[in-house]
Amino acid sequence: MTQKEVLQEYLLRLADSDMILGQRLSELTGKAPAVEEELAVMNVALDLVGQARNWYEYAAELINDGRDADKLVFLRDAHEYRNLLMVEQPNDDYAVTMARQFFFDVWHYFTLKSLVNASDERVATIAAKAVKEATYHLRRSSEWVKRMGDGTEESHRRIQDAFNLLWRFTGELITPDEVDHAMFKAGIGPDPEQLKQDWFGMVREVAAQATLTVGEEDAWMYMGGKRGEHTEHLGHILAVMQFLPRAYPDATTW
Amino acid sequence: MTEHEPSSVDVLIASDRVPANARPELLTEDAIWALLDKVLDPEVPAVSVVELGIVRDLSWDGAHLTIDVTPTYSGCPATELIEELIAEAMRAAGIRDPQINRVLTPAWTTDWITEEGREKLRAFGIAPPEGSASKMSLLGADEVIACPLCGSTHTERLSEFGSTACKALYRCLDCREPFDYFKCI
Repeated sequence: MTQKEVLQEYLLRLADSDMILGQRLSELTGKAPAVEEELAVMNVALDLVGQARNWYEYAAELINDGRDADKLVFLRDAHEYRNLLMVEQPNDDYAVTMARQFFFDVWHYFTLKSLVNASDERVATIAAKAVKEATYHLRRSSEWVKRMGDGTEESHRRIQDAFNLLWRFTGELITPDEVDHAMFKAGIGPDPEQLKQDWFGMVREVAAQATLTVGEEDAWMYMGGKRGEHTEHLGHILAVMQFLPRAYPDATTW
Repeated sequence: MTEHEPSSVDVLIASDRVPANARPELLTEDAIWALLDKVLDPEVPAVSVVELGIVRDLSWDGAHLTIDVTPTYSGCPATELIEELIAEAMRAAGIRDPQINRVLTPAWTTDWITEEGREKLRAFGIAPPEGSASKMSLLGADEVIACPLCGSTHTERLSEFGSTACKALYRCLDCREPFDYFKCI
C-alpha cells in the first residue's frame, strides 16, 4: 500500500467505528431506561456521527473516485467496513451498552489525544474537535461503570457479566496491525505500545474503583474488524441503516 | 431570515430583497459584525452567533465577503442552518454570494462565549459554563453550578447531556426547578 492508501484505510477505520457505534446507540431512541439516559445516548450518538462525517469527508477526498461521505456510509457492504468488532455488538442489557461504551471511550480518548499531534494537519484538526467530545463520553461511561460496579449486588453482577462478555473484543482495540504501525511511523497514528499501556492503565484504574475484575491480557481475542471480517451483527446493522438510500438511490429529500 | 434594523446604507425592498444599497462592499467590518450580532443561534435563541463565539473571522476581497464560522460540536445539527442564516442576513444587506467558510481549527471552546452572551444565557434560564475549558480535569470533581433561576449553588447533575449536545441537565435542590447547563468544553 502507498502512504496515501494507508491513510485512507486508517481514516475509514476511525470513521466506520464512529458511525457504527452511533447507529447502534441510535437504536435506543425511545427505548432507553430513563429519559436522562435517552438524552445522553442520543447526544453521544450525534457526536459520533458528526465525527464520522469529518473523517469520511477527508477519506472521500483522498479516495477521489466520485464517492462522497454519504456514499461511503450507505453503499459499502459489511466486508468493506473497517470498524472495530466491539462497536457492532448488540446493545443487550444496559450494563452491556455501558461496558461497550467504556471500553471504546478509553480507546477513543487516547487515540484522539494522540491524533491531535498528527503530522497530517487535517487529521489533527478533526481530532482536536473530537477529543473534547470523547472526553465527555469517557467521563460519563466511566461514572456508570463505577456506579454499577460499586452499586447493588444486582448491578454489580450485571456489569461484571458485561465485562466478561465483551472482554474478547478488547484485544482488537490495542493490537496493532501493519496499518497502525505504518501510521505511527508516518507521525500520524498513536504509538501502539503507548496506547496499549494507557488503555490498560485507565481500564484497570476504573475497574478497581468499581470493584470489578478485568480479563487476562493474553486471553483469546476476536479480531478482524479492521480488515473487514465481521461478526454476524454488522450485516443486520447495515440492512437497517442502508435500506432507504439503497431502495431510493440518489433521492435528495428523505 | 434574521431581522435587523435598517440603516442608511442598508435599506431593503421587502418584496424581492433586492437591496437599495448598491455598494454593499462599502459596509465596514464593524457594520458586518453588527449585522452578525443580530443572527441568533436557532437552538439557543437567547444569544447571537457572535456572542456564542462561533464567528471567527471575516474578510473582504474586493466585493467578495468571506466569513469563517466554526461548529460548536462535530455533530451539531444546527451547523448548516446557522451557516444559511448568516448567509441570508448578509444577502439581506445586499451582499452578493457571501462565502461561509467552515473552520474546525482552533476547535470552538466555551471560553469564547462573551460576557454579554453569558448574562443572556442566564436570563434565558441556561446556566453559563463555569470555569475555564483548559483547566477541566478528565475524571475529576464537577464544578459547582449555580441555579440560573434562584441563584442557589445547592444543585445536582441529572445527566451529563441535556436537550442539545452542548448542554447538561441539572436540578436545583432549593427551588426544585430543572435547568440546562451550558457545558464547559
